[in-house]
Amino acid sequence: MKTFPDKINRRSFLKVSALAGGGMILSFNWLAGCKPKELETLGMPKEWFRLNGYIKIGENGLVTIMSPNPEGGQNVKTSMPMIVAEELDADWKNVVVEQAPLDTDNFTRQFIGGSQAIRIGWNALRTAGATARNLLIQAAAQTWNVPAEEITTEPGFVLHTASGKKAHFGEMASLAATMPVPEEIPLKEISEFRIIGHSHKNVEAKNIVTGKPLFGIDYKKPGMLKAMIIHPPAHGLRLKSFDDSAAKGMPGIKAIFQIKSHQDEYERTFFDTTSFTDLVAIVGNSTWEVMNAKKAIKVEWEPFSTYEEKRDWNGRKEIRTIPGGLENEASQIQQMAEASKKARIARKDGNPETAFAKAAKVIERTFHGPFLAHNCMEPMNFFAHVQPDRIDCAGPLQKPELTEQALSARLGVPIENIYIDMTRLGGGYGRRSYAHWLIEAAVISKEMNAPIHLQYTREDDMTGGIYRPMYRATYKAALDENNNLIGFQVNAGGLVEPPLYADRFPAGAVENYLAEEWTVASNITVGSFRAPRSNFIAAAEQSFLDEVAEAAGKDPIDFRLELLKKAKENPVGERNDYDPDRYAGVLELVKSKSIWGQTPAGISRGVSAYFCHNSYAAQVVDLKIENGQVVVEKVVQAVDCGLLINPDAAKNLCEGAAVDGIGTALFGELKFVEGAPDRTNFDGYRMIRMKEVPKTIETYFVESQVDPTGLGEPAYPPVFAALANALYQATGKRFYNQPFINQLNT
Amino acid sequence: MALFNLTINGKSQQVDVDPNTPMLWVLRDHLDLVGTKFGCGIAQCGACTIHLDGNAVRSCQLPVSAAEGAKITTIEGLSEEGDHPVQKAWLEHDVPQCGYCQAGQIMSAAALLAQNPNPSDTDIDNAMNGNICRCGTYTRIKAAIHTASKNL
Ligand code: FES
Ligand code: FES
Repeated sequence: MKTFPDKINRRSFLKVSALAGGGMILSFNWLAGCKPKELETLGMPKEWFRLNGYIKIGENGLVTIMSPNPEGGQNVKTSMPMIVAEELDADWKNVVVEQAPLDTDNFTRQFIGGSQAIRIGWNALRTAGATARNLLIQAAAQTWNVPAEEITTEPGFVLHTASGKKAHFGEMASLAATMPVPEEIPLKEISEFRIIGHSHKNVEAKNIVTGKPLFGIDYKKPGMLKAMIIHPPAHGLRLKSFDDSAAKGMPGIKAIFQIKSHQDEYERTFFDTTSFTDLVAIVGNSTWEVMNAKKAIKVEWEPFSTYEEKRDWNGRKEIRTIPGGLENEASQIQQMAEASKKARIARKDGNPETAFAKAAKVIERTFHGPFLAHNCMEPMNFFAHVQPDRIDCAGPLQKPELTEQALSARLGVPIENIYIDMTRLGGGYGRRSYAHWLIEAAVISKEMNAPIHLQYTREDDMTGGIYRPMYRATYKAALDENNNLIGFQVNAGGLVEPPLYADRFPAGAVENYLAEEWTVASNITVGSFRAPRSNFIAAAEQSFLDEVAEAAGKDPIDFRLELLKKAKENPVGERNDYDPDRYAGVLELVKSKSIWGQTPAGISRGVSAYFCHNSYAAQVVDLKIENGQVVVEKVVQAVDCGLLINPDAAKNLCEGAAVDGIGTALFGELKFVEGAPDRTNFDGYRMIRMKEVPKTIETYFVESQVDPTGLGEPAYPPVFAALANALYQATGKRFYNQPFINQLNT
Repeated sequence: MALFNLTINGKSQQVDVDPNTPMLWVLRDHLDLVGTKFGCGIAQCGACTIHLDGNAVRSCQLPVSAAEGAKITTIEGLSEEGDHPVQKAWLEHDVPQCGYCQAGQIMSAAALLAQNPNPSDTDIDNAMNGNICRCGTYTRIKAAIHTASKNL
């Protein structure tokens, strides 16, 4: 056993009077009506004893574990409590899980983003479980009058072998709640795990398949009104005036008014991005009535001129210039080409100029990626009730803690008086980090002096901004006469943010290396999108390496392995941010599992590998083209995310990432015409559907005892390139521009 | 506004709404049946799928006035205990990720199996192509439909 100094947010493990008192618990009781999981043995207890911020135990032995992080499909609501239960030594079938509200006193980092929940939560969650287990042991020692060291646990029980005494956790819970919290606490060895590493079903699955109210859109409160907004139809426009004479008297309509989500002088932090601050709000009794009134309002828009926005990026003050004008795709592409000539050097090793001058072969290719909409299946929405002494909010969001600060600043209400309940997210993928809709909901509620639920239509959602940036990258490789890679350059940028990771592979594996980046300003807002930056740069880099391997006459996997060997044995530079062994590990695994080198007849095959969010993934895509359609027969993927918590759920996530990645690479695209997105709903924006999905997906994990790392994102970026490389084998054409469907159709 | 008599999940219900109100919003706003989801409002995503006399329909396109006299089933009424073979198969395969699209997927799958108890992969592709899942759970959905088909 290793001991862990208990210094991770110690408050979490103390007895928590605030929670026991019930204020915060009561605020999310609306969900308690749906039992989180079928109880196989125990019913609900009469009394609960809270051992710390994460754990309460009923007198009958039932254990409740609070899941601190918002759940949007990453399955943290199952996997995080599994980690707590492991160290507590609970019997999983007698565990129920509750979603914790936003509570910065008791929990750290209640975020979705960067696939970091498990990696960062790992020690805190384990310590929470181990501490509570210790309290139960102390209680048993006192009750039985035996030394604590002689007491052990088995799932759900404390026992003293010498005297044959045994009690379930519930019998010790009330006394345990009064025991002193230990300063240091031993954690289990991996070999002792009984829950972690074994597949457990999603604790919410039964509620999902029976249609229980789980999502923000399902949230209801007595007296609650429905609200919608109208935002400008194009980026570059703002509200001038509106005429609501036809809408005002429509049935069910309570009020129509103008709102401002952020004040002009507000200093925005990282996730306060919004495209449109001046909006028309419509409030009424029911969604349909509000939708109808919305259509009857005539709004006049006007172009805005260039203005400045104050920004505070984690303490770094910045003035950001937002250009006026209605943008078009062609001019954006041209601006990007111009900007790429004035790039800033992010990393330089050796002497790339000389290497390219003396190269026997130089390969240069440029890649493009379009804007993408997140398209969470649950359109943006939020509940807010602004009262004189408190604000209650509920709904789906990824960064509740930051949103709470923004709301506090906007309405001048202290953070202590803001209560945010986190509902399940109908998808997030980065979009729900930018919670301007929560602020809008609160501003509307304040004006109405009533609880309201703000609902975006799909069109509001898709045309409202916060897109995956538009990207461009140019790669250059120099090969000597022996086909060794002697020089490598990447010049990458985007509108509005660059996709470059200068210290990632193949940095470190090439003697002469240059990475440069640039940006183009725009009034189109962008934000994090599933595997930010990697979702483009992996595709470009891994497609390019495929082409370089071919030019060098080498097998694409061997070529990468050779470079990784060099990065391991003789690394160039000191800042390389990947582990060559783990990188090679996923390539080796996918090579053997896909039976690389023996492509089935009639099949075209491509490979790709990438490292991001602390995890490694490699994929082999097998496809054919049938009647002009891409038919993906099989995806074989190998993933190294350290120790696996919940294997089948991990597999599900990686399968989803592969499907989503293939869909986005083939079809995902949003263009701008005079500042307006050229598609507004799923009739225009093509999403992958059942017919286009890979027929088989095989997912393998590298066995590892390294602390667990991210999983929501790592399998997403590389599959774009595996697909492009397989398409090359099938068509003889390289795919440099996403989405690939455009090239396939010509 | 007008009164409509509806039969939903075997129960008679009365609502007083605008005749053009889509069943989606009647269910969600007026009858507290929020399992049926809003995704696009234009019959493109399938999140709002319900059964109308046993057929899968997009409730965002079905005005309440056209639903009178028909037997409507929503996800809440697919089975009493959540044990319809499709729901059981969904649990067995642990299909959902975010879960938002799943009620619609299940309703489409249940209607398919009621008409075609032994669907081929192509039958499934055709029946399920109207249901989008951004989380990408399609391969599990297909596997779960095959499992449900064996346990009908
Ligand atoms: S909401 Fe009806 S099909 Fe999308
Ligand atoms: S499970 Fe998330 S959209 Fe289908």
